[in-house]
Amino acid sequence: MAGTTGDAGTRRDFLYVASGAMGAVGVAAVAWPLIDQMNPSAAALALGTSEIDIASIQPGQQIVFKHRGLPLFVRRRTPAEIESARAVDVNSLPDPLARNAALPDNAPATDASRAARPEWLVLIGVCTHLGCTPAVSTPQQPQGEYGGWLCHCHGSAYDTAGRIRKGPAPTNLAVPAYTFMSDTRIKVG
Amino acid sequence: MRLINLSRNLALGLGLSLGVGLLMSGSALAADSATARHHPKEVEFEFEGPFGTYDRGALQRGYQVYKEVCAACHSLQYIAFRNLADKGGPEFSEAQARALAAAVRVPAEPNEQGETVDEKGVPLTRPAVLSDKLPAPYPNENAARANNGGSLPPDLSLMAKAREDGVRYVYSLLTGYDEKAPASFHVPAGKNYNPYFEGWAIGMPKPLNENGVTYSDGTKATVAQQAHDVVTFLAWTAEPKMEDRKRMGFGVLIFLVTLAGLLFAAYRKVWKDAH
Amino acid sequence: MSGPSTYNPKSGIEKWIDSRLPLPRLMHDTMSTFPTPRNLNIWYTFGGILTFCLAVQIVTGIVLAMHYVASANLAFGSVEAIMRDVNYGWLIRYVHANGASMFFLAVYIHMFRGLYYGSYKAPRELIWIIGVLIYLLMTATAFFGYVLPWGQMSFWGATVITNMFSAVPVVGQAIATWLWGDFAVGDATLNRFFSLHYLLPFIIAGVVGLHIWALHVPGNNNPLGIDVKSPQDTLPFHPYYTVKDAFYLVCFVILFAGFVFYEPDFFGNPDNYQPANPLVTPPEIVPEWYLLPFYAMLRSVPDKLLGVIVMAGAILTLVFIPWLDTSRVRSCRFRPLMKQFFWAFTVVCVILGYCGAQSVEATAFGIPLVWVARIATLYYFAYFWLIMPIVGLIETPKKLPASIAQSVLGDSAAKPAE
Repeated sequence: MAGTTGDAGTRRDFLYVASGAMGAVGVAAVAWPLIDQMNPSAAALALGTSEIDIASIQPGQQIVFKHRGLPLFVRRRTPAEIESARAVDVNSLPDPLARNAALPDNAPATDASRAARPEWLVLIGVCTHLGCTPAVSTPQQPQGEYGGWLCHCHGSAYDTAGRIRKGPAPTNLAVPAYTFMSDTRIKVG
Repeated sequence: MRLINLSRNLALGLGLSLGVGLLMSGSALAADSATARHHPKEVEFEFEGPFGTYDRGALQRGYQVYKEVCAACHSLQYIAFRNLADKGGPEFSEAQARALAAAVRVPAEPNEQGETVDEKGVPLTRPAVLSDKLPAPYPNENAARANNGGSLPPDLSLMAKAREDGVRYVYSLLTGYDEKAPASFHVPAGKNYNPYFEGWAIGMPKPLNENGVTYSDGTKATVAQQAHDVVTFLAWTAEPKMEDRKRMGFGVLIFLVTLAGLLFAAYRKVWKDAH
Repeated sequence: MSGPSTYNPKSGIEKWIDSRLPLPRLMHDTMSTFPTPRNLNIWYTFGGILTFCLAVQIVTGIVLAMHYVASANLAFGSVEAIMRDVNYGWLIRYVHANGASMFFLAVYIHMFRGLYYGSYKAPRELIWIIGVLIYLLMTATAFFGYVLPWGQMSFWGATVITNMFSAVPVVGQAIATWLWGDFAVGDATLNRFFSLHYLLPFIIAGVVGLHIWALHVPGNNNPLGIDVKSPQDTLPFHPYYTVKDAFYLVCFVILFAGFVFYEPDFFGNPDNYQPANPLVTPPEIVPEWYLLPFYAMLRSVPDKLLGVIVMAGAILTLVFIPWLDTSRVRSCRFRPLMKQFFWAFTVVCVILGYCGAQSVEATAFGIPLVWVARIATLYYFAYFWLIMPIVGLIETPKKLPASIAQSVLGDSAAKPAE
């Protein structure tokens, strides 16, 4: 091939590199819409908040709602359950952080920072190990040794504040951002 | 706007040969029958052309016209209240959009007892939230027809794209009620004369009247102004991403032309010795 | 693929791979050193452009299928959700919809180029026939795809096209019902069309592989239509044709982008923004522009079965072209008589397209278009079955140049060019 030496060669090399680089930029720019289209659509994002009526939940009972496609645990705790959650030394927990969307990331996993109103525990019902829904413990049918939840997939056991106590799950069950609109109604998200 | 209406867009260039063949199509289509609809009025809108954008004021006023006039009979099923706050749309603030939603009641989900109607049999409703779609005026097609003398008021979400030269079509239709029917044309009972409608006899009575709405921004609500506003609004409901599209297109074309220039130089350079 | 490979693996890894799976060798021989006639013009860049179009349609199509719902009740709304709520959904859908038109625009240029330069003649008959097969698969895919948005034109287009099969004697109605999976176009039809619309592009990609494989045996034809005689007649594909193809591809993409961003509904029909209504037929049923010529032929024949036969025959005829052309020379550049018939043929195709877009009763200059379409249809068939064989025999071609190099470089081609 002719012209690979001297100025002509340099200029040609420049044109190659410049158009090649621009082509690469173009391909990268095209890739983004093709990737981003898989993210939640505007319609999915708009469904981010749910209003939930909790009037019918009895002490010691949990009702599961659906929020953003995930199970949302709302548990009305008995005084004994609250007491057992408060008795735990936070520093002895596998995960000492609150994991509460309404609190700073470094808030400690005290019972108060897990449940804004002690009677009501609101959690995303997704085991932090691999995403199964843990089974809730009741006096008639205990699940795990800590009175909270047991995930049957791989044996993670949670206490009555939804904190991980035993098993492969790395963190406490997540607390979503929610507010009480009245004593019987909460807004999640 | 479309291939069958090529004359307007010949400059865009599909190639001359194809163009010439289709250029005549407009004239051939027109003379089909005696009551073929008139050509839409020649009006211009801010959102037309490669750099055109929607007039925010017109969009917000247009929503008001839709809500106070059109919504009595026409649904807008693909628009949610959250869209009213979308960028490139009417751009109400989120608080305004929330308030607009809350002022409208939509069918409620079944209550705790599983009921969907109250003790009098009236369907349960609740205030709308941002994620709700705009409610339809009638529960189903039969109800819509029964209330409109057998005619079905179509959904308006896509109207500006679902007719040939749609925006001008809707504008002409809304402002076309004052023309006198030719003596030879008999307007059927329950219908109204409108030469911009196919067949000239339309079920919809004249929808827009002088000062039929009261604009909060002080704009004088002439029929032409209301038509302009609601047509702008409907153009947006049909093509809500138009501003994004044109803006991105401008960048893309500049990029491509630059790349083509570089490649042309490289092409000339490479081929210099080969000829 | 033709001739000995010039691939020379440089590193140990390349040698290791080459001795086990000679894929780098294949790429090198077909895309880098492949000897390509040095006189290919702009019309020869459309093969690359078509490959690009196919890739664009497959990529955007896979993405759209992630959001589309193939259900008579939900399809229209799911397309609107793509246009409104999916991130960049409007862009992806407009690229896909306009991409179909750009694909056909490119394929028609590619086919007319082949016709003009005699690229179908020996030894390239199979390339041409495989190409006709690709074109058939493309039309089927485009038809299935057009049904999916489930607008008025989708629905009634599907109804009209599938009803053509009912023209077949005795079993016709049974075939139509079998295609529908119901007594009319409906949910079952939509689902199977979606399945096929997703499948066929991959089959097209496979057949395109055969098309290119077959091309690399004899190598490219060229505007002179004469064979490559010496290495001086050719240039290595890279960098000469890679850079040329890239330039023209980007020019094509500029046109493409112009439609997507500034006239996205240019090729569309307003009726398809109305949801399908099985009870109301739109006043005029028009297929997409790329099928209009065949649609005009169908309508120009007053008999149902005969109309379908004529339309199918128009495409099937293309398969026989390599043997219908009796000329000694390939390129119309050296065929003064055939060149005129060729351009007349091109005009006739455009006229057919125009007739197909008009209503059945339309006239032009007082002449019923149906008669214009009849005469044009007649010319279409005569061009292949009469003009091609006869002109090939009676025509005296112009003198062919001695070689490609001599034609391009002048007599100085005698000295080594490289």
